Amino acid sequence: MSAMLLNKEKWPEFVGKLAGKNILAPQADGDAMRFAAVDEGDAPVLDYNNTRVPPKGALFPQTETMLKFQAKGEQVEEPLPDRETVVLGLRPCDARAMTIVEKLFKWDIDDPYFVRRRELTTLVGLACSEPGMNCFCPSVGGGPASTEGLDLLLTDLGDSYLVEAVTEKGKTLLSETRDLMEEAGEDALKEKEKLVAEAEQKIKRSVDTEGVPEGLPGLWEDPLWQKVAASCLGCGTCTYLCPTCHCFDIQDELEGFDGRRMRTWDSCMFDEYTMHTSGHNPRPTRRERTRNRISHKYSYYVDKFDVIACVGCGRCSNLCPVNIDIIETIRQVKEAL
Amino acid sequence: MKTIENPYIPYPATVKETWYETGGERCIKTFKVVFDDEKVREKWSHLPGQCAMIGVLGVGESMISISCSPTEGDFLRFSVMRMGKVTQALHQLEPGDKMMVRGPYGNNFPVDEWQGKKILTIGGGIGQAPLRPIVEYVKANMDKYEGLTMIYGARTSNDLCFKGEFDEMSRTNDLACHLTIDVEEEGWEHNVGFVPQMLLDLNPSPENTIAITCGPPIMIRFVLENLKKLGFGDEQIYTTLENRMKCGVGKCGRCNAGNMYVCKDGPVFNYAVLKEIPEAFA
Repeated sequence: MSAMLLNKEKWPEFVGKLAGKNILAPQADGDAMRFAAVDEGDAPVLDYNNTRVPPKGALFPQTETMLKFQAKGEQVEEPLPDRETVVLGLRPCDARAMTIVEKLFKWDIDDPYFVRRRELTTLVGLACSEPGMNCFCPSVGGGPASTEGLDLLLTDLGDSYLVEAVTEKGKTLLSETRDLMEEAGEDALKEKEKLVAEAEQKIKRSVDTEGVPEGLPGLWEDPLWQKVAASCLGCGTCTYLCPTCHCFDIQDELEGFDGRRMRTWDSCMFDEYTMHTSGHNPRPTRRERTRNRISHKYSYYVDKFDVIACVGCGRCSNLCPVNIDIIETIRQVKEAL
Repeated sequence: MKTIENPYIPYPATVKETWYETGGERCIKTFKVVFDDEKVREKWSHLPGQCAMIGVLGVGESMISISCSPTEGDFLRFSVMRMGKVTQALHQLEPGDKMMVRGPYGNNFPVDEWQGKKILTIGGGIGQAPLRPIVEYVKANMDKYEGLTMIYGARTSNDLCFKGEFDEMSRTNDLACHLTIDVEEEGWEHNVGFVPQMLLDLNPSPENTIAITCGPPIMIRFVLENLKKLGFGDEQIYTTLENRMKCGVGKCGRCNAGNMYVCKDGPVFNYAVLKEIPEAFA
């Protein structure tokens, strides 16, 4: 199917066609943007840079009930997700992050909650025209109009969106909505190319990852970890806001006789994360935790899944309260190699 | 499309027998359990070295070594030290109560690969729990192995697990069962001294031998040192690691030692691999 053009005047109708599904889109939350459910009849305007919290929760919610049971019971119910979801206007880096995390959730044994959500979810991306100040996606395999992980890609051409289907799911959505659109001409495609090239130009920051995955284990005792960790507060913001961070905790909760086993996002920057019941902690200080966070993203994940677990979205650098900057950390790693 | 089987679902198992291995605040209680559902029972298969997530609904679950060999019968055994919230709740279980079990998890000791060799287990304290299945497995397949030697120690005789089984073991022809405790005790007829020293004193030949050690980190460190002194090659030495775990299936992230997940790539590691993982003994 060729590329289509959707006039922005038809955007509310496009969103209207998704009625009945759970629609997640970026919406204002104070001075930040976040992905939230769209009210029936609303058509959120996709005018934003990126959300503070990534849309990873669409596939991996911050809190999720895994099992339900009765107190003192023996039988469990598994409330597997069953609602079709459309994520509208997510950035290519965040979609790419989902494919990276998916490798782990499908590794060896499928994680049924993630896998089911992925099957039920359509990802409609929005190409970047104004990258953020700490964006560096091209350095780690992405780009402002990368389609990896997306089902449909929108590019803002001013009065209209260029709409391109990436997957079968995207093609289906496009065929359901094509009466709202017209065929895109050569000029629209050229315009897109120009915008993407301009966006790439606007990305000012970069990392050089050559030799980093193989080299990191050799820097185990390097003083750089102490240096990076010296200012770290251990707040976990970098991990909570990271679109590729996937660690979770599992806890049981009882309310009266109704029990549930749930999982919640967890962070490798917390001391309890690895602490044994005996009190022994294999990663006792922020030095070891910082080393693990960076090594996991830039080395261990590469060993296991052949991809760096960082998409260059810049959130951890943007929002670290003490200005720890992953780009600077990787630069120091390179220097130490 | 793959059929989705939910690996997080635990299955009820009835506690058949329980007994205390040790006393004190951090006492160790052994549970013999059998899955209620016949289908679960039939599908289950484990080998020495593997673990299971066991727990109580509403409290949580913990990763515990399966301390029996499949050759012993259609049941599972867990020896649990009372340490935290979940193990407290487990300790309250008595015969007839239900335990929730999922697994088995992790790799296993390569018991097939070891056929034709002499097996030497070196354990300390609760570290004997993952070694016990090897001892039982080899005992049940004695014709396939050259011999079995067991060194096991604890701080005091009250801290030794599986005491009832030792008598029988020491009477078996092919099996040498050596016990030791850290400090002299009245009525103690076996060795007194630390496990690594006892290993040196016994001076086992590394020839055609596999050594497997499990116990407190400090003991493991000296046992490894002494095995090297005795001439054991890295490939002849195995141990198991433990780390905090939540999922058991390589997703939740926390149990990694370097680029290895202890729950999936372990808990059994050959020393040749392990010595390259910087975090392994952290």
